[in-house]
Amino acid sequence: MAALEIREAPAAAPARLSEGAGGPSGPAGGSDGGGDGDGDGGKGQHLPRRTYFTALWLALAGSFMIFAALASSYIVRRGLGGDWQALHLPPILWFNTLALLGSSALVEWARRGLAAGRLDAFRMRWLSGTTLGLMFLGGQGVAWWELHRAGMTLSANISASFFYVLTVAHALHVLVGVGALLYVAALALKGRAEAKGGLAADLSALYWHVLDGVWLCVLGLMLVWR
Amino acid sequence: MSAESAAEHVHVHEPPSSFIRRWIFSTDHKVVGIQYWILALVAAFVGMWLSVVFRLHLANEGTIAQLNNQLSALAPDSAQAQALTEQIKALQAKWFVLTPEKYLSYLTMHGTILVFMVLTTAPMGGFGNYFLPIQIGALDMAFPRLNMLSIWLTILSFITLMAAFFVPGGPPNSGWTGYPPLSAIPAAQGKGYEGPGGYGQDLWVLSIAIFCFASLVGAINFIVTTLDLRTKGMTMLRMPLTCWAWFVTAILSLLSFAVLLVAGLLLLLDRNAGTSFFIPGDLFFNKPLVDHRGGSPILFQHLFWFFGHPEVYIAIVPGMGLVSHLLSTFARKPVFGYAAMVFAIFGIGIVGFFVWGHHMFQSGMSPYVAVAFSVMTMVVGVPSAIKTFNWLGTLWGGNIRFTSPMLYALGFVSLFVTGGIGGIFLGQNAVDIYFHDTYFVVGHFHLIMGVAAIFAMFAGTAFWFPKMFGRMMNEPLGKIHFWITFAGVNVIFITMHLMGLEGHPRRYSGFNYDFLSSNYMVTCHKIVTHTAILTATTQLLLLVNIVYSLFAGPKATDNPWEATSLEWAIPSPPPFENFKGGHVPEVHHGPYEFSVPGAAKDYIMQQEPPEARPATAPSAH
Ligand code: HEM
Ligand SMILES: [Cu+2]
Repeated sequence: MAALEIREAPAAAPARLSEGAGGPSGPAGGSDGGGDGDGDGGKGQHLPRRTYFTALWLALAGSFMIFAALASSYIVRRGLGGDWQALHLPPILWFNTLALLGSSALVEWARRGLAAGRLDAFRMRWLSGTTLGLMFLGGQGVAWWELHRAGMTLSANISASFFYVLTVAHALHVLVGVGALLYVAALALKGRAEAKGGLAADLSALYWHVLDGVWLCVLGLMLVWR
Repeated sequence: MSAESAAEHVHVHEPPSSFIRRWIFSTDHKVVGIQYWILALVAAFVGMWLSVVFRLHLANEGTIAQLNNQLSALAPDSAQAQALTEQIKALQAKWFVLTPEKYLSYLTMHGTILVFMVLTTAPMGGFGNYFLPIQIGALDMAFPRLNMLSIWLTILSFITLMAAFFVPGGPPNSGWTGYPPLSAIPAAQGKGYEGPGGYGQDLWVLSIAIFCFASLVGAINFIVTTLDLRTKGMTMLRMPLTCWAWFVTAILSLLSFAVLLVAGLLLLLDRNAGTSFFIPGDLFFNKPLVDHRGGSPILFQHLFWFFGHPEVYIAIVPGMGLVSHLLSTFARKPVFGYAAMVFAIFGIGIVGFFVWGHHMFQSGMSPYVAVAFSVMTMVVGVPSAIKTFNWLGTLWGGNIRFTSPMLYALGFVSLFVTGGIGGIFLGQNAVDIYFHDTYFVVGHFHLIMGVAAIFAMFAGTAFWFPKMFGRMMNEPLGKIHFWITFAGVNVIFITMHLMGLEGHPRRYSGFNYDFLSSNYMVTCHKIVTHTAILTATTQLLLLVNIVYSLFAGPKATDNPWEATSLEWAIPSPPPFENFKGGHVPEVHHGPYEFSVPGAAKDYIMQQEPPEARPATAPSAH
């Protein structure tokens, strides 16, 4: 009894992507029969480019809540109990910070190179940026080792516990970021970095920059409330 | 940006041919949805029967207490006293009379299973996965592989939780809220300080952590799909209220599960790595338990309830969306105040993040802070009341069809109101000093969160079963199930309110009934236990109905309820790619075009051509 007519005429072709990235509240195109099957589970559902950015921003919002919860626990716990020993941050953290910021700058520079179509420049800069990212992780390892050797183990004092938890949570995010950078590097070596308008490079660069911000906040927290 | 050529030709996409890829490790949102739904069904029965076991225990504890009272009035070596002693011993030897530790363990598992594995899975992961993409006109969720990851992580989380039954020391006993120091000190659990134990609590924390991660991934998928994959013409304000509800729920999940994840991980470190986030100093159990000072159980409570209050909305908001949808469909009237409903859902979601302190009035917080939390809590009552009045407004003057999904939906409204009234008492910080940790709270949250949300699941099952499985469920069976369950839960949980009024504390395995008005309390316990057994048994009717209808129900037409949203415009059950050949229809109408004056029939489906709606009819909203 119900009208079950589904319009199949191409004239009604409802969900073309032609309106591109409209505002999130606009009628969004999305599901069409074509598409190249990127992450589509075999149905050929085509995702507009902005979808990946929406998802990344949301994932970052989740991560933000993780760090916000840790930071507020840090501040609350420090104000209680009177058992807090100020931690001497290992000096290597300053070097690590520089490495991370430098890495971010290189990655951004690389991305712009890609946008300008300069593939060789892109590869050089991207790989150096990735190397700096790996150096950051190595440097964090050194920091943990130094603290550990100085007797500030995970359970030695609550300030050390927070140091390890915050830096490890951040390092895990960095690890994911390095994985993404390496993935793009692999794409670049296969000559496919500019596929889909450099989507993979743009996404990983964005993620990578946000991790800088997170690191500065973590470091700032541990400096201000020692 | 990347404009695609409009001349693409149609691909026909075949489902994967391997059984495992099609039905087990499937990326199809419909299969994932059904998997969530089955998980919830299994978990619901496990959790419910656990509660029957400890209800039996509680009723018998009452009898034992009464017998002990009588015994104390007799001369110790009289024949009567010996007979009574025998009787008490016989009762205590029954398998369902538990030790206090066992009682708390079962209680903990009951709460955890139902809150996480049922209330947080079926309404969103189950129905949401199945119907969100179809209702907004998409072929699948935005990231089908991540979707598959979510369900399988959730299943892993459920298995991890169940494993707690089988480890030395048994399941944890610190409640679904897992408060430290009980949950944080291995010595406090299992076999006591010297022996091994507490593995159950570790598994519990691990299970919750996996669950959090799965929920975060799922939430991202839901939000992205809603924002970016709507078909042409499906503006945000043309989405069915179900989609709005899933959208808001996903936002709540994203922001709150991350915090629970942190609480869980810190707790795990406290348990296993000797840290002192939550374990206070100077704990003593035969000998000093910790060698540090400081550590704050209250900090855990803040983290937990920052998640916990939004979590109760994660459980109920999808139900609100579904019930709005059903009331409109079966009253053959547009939703009363669609825009107000959308704002109310958002209002509840946002304000819900600022009320967590009402679970901690008794934690020693400053009364000024408590008043602030109390006021915010009352503020949530406003959007809740808006929703309730709009539901009544939707029903008012409607041409109501009392199908079983409609009955369940009406049951939801009733339970939501009854439970919510208890909330208004509890939300006053001064009144809550008396009610906190009594059965009044248990009655409140079971009515409003437990059974109201479960009634929404019943409603969703009865309403969407024809679409999911292509067959109708049995109506008379559904109605019998509704009436017994509805009456049963009201008896159970209103009685609990009465016990709370008398001051009976919750989470006690037994009690000195001399202290409370003894016979009254024991009678209440017995009423609750008997009704609980009856109500739990009635759930087998639902199971029978599902299994019977799956094989022998009458074949469903495409649109058996004469509803308007897109899922009813496709075959029952839907083809692999939802819309034949991947051709998603264009949407021309709002979601609730019922009884439009001058229209050919009493409903207009969303994909019908614009002419279906007479130009003379007043605009929808
Ligand atoms: C008018 C709205 C509501 C108000 C004012 C309210 C108020 C409260 C308060 C103050 C408590 C704490 C009582 C105590 O422990 O002493 C509480 C507990 C609870 N509420 Fe509500 N509530 C409302 C609606 C809801 C809704 C809609 C849900 C779920 C769908 C819900 C679920 C719960 C749960 C699960 C608990 C108990 C948690 C526990 O301690 O185990 N409430 N409510
Ligand atoms: Cu609450």
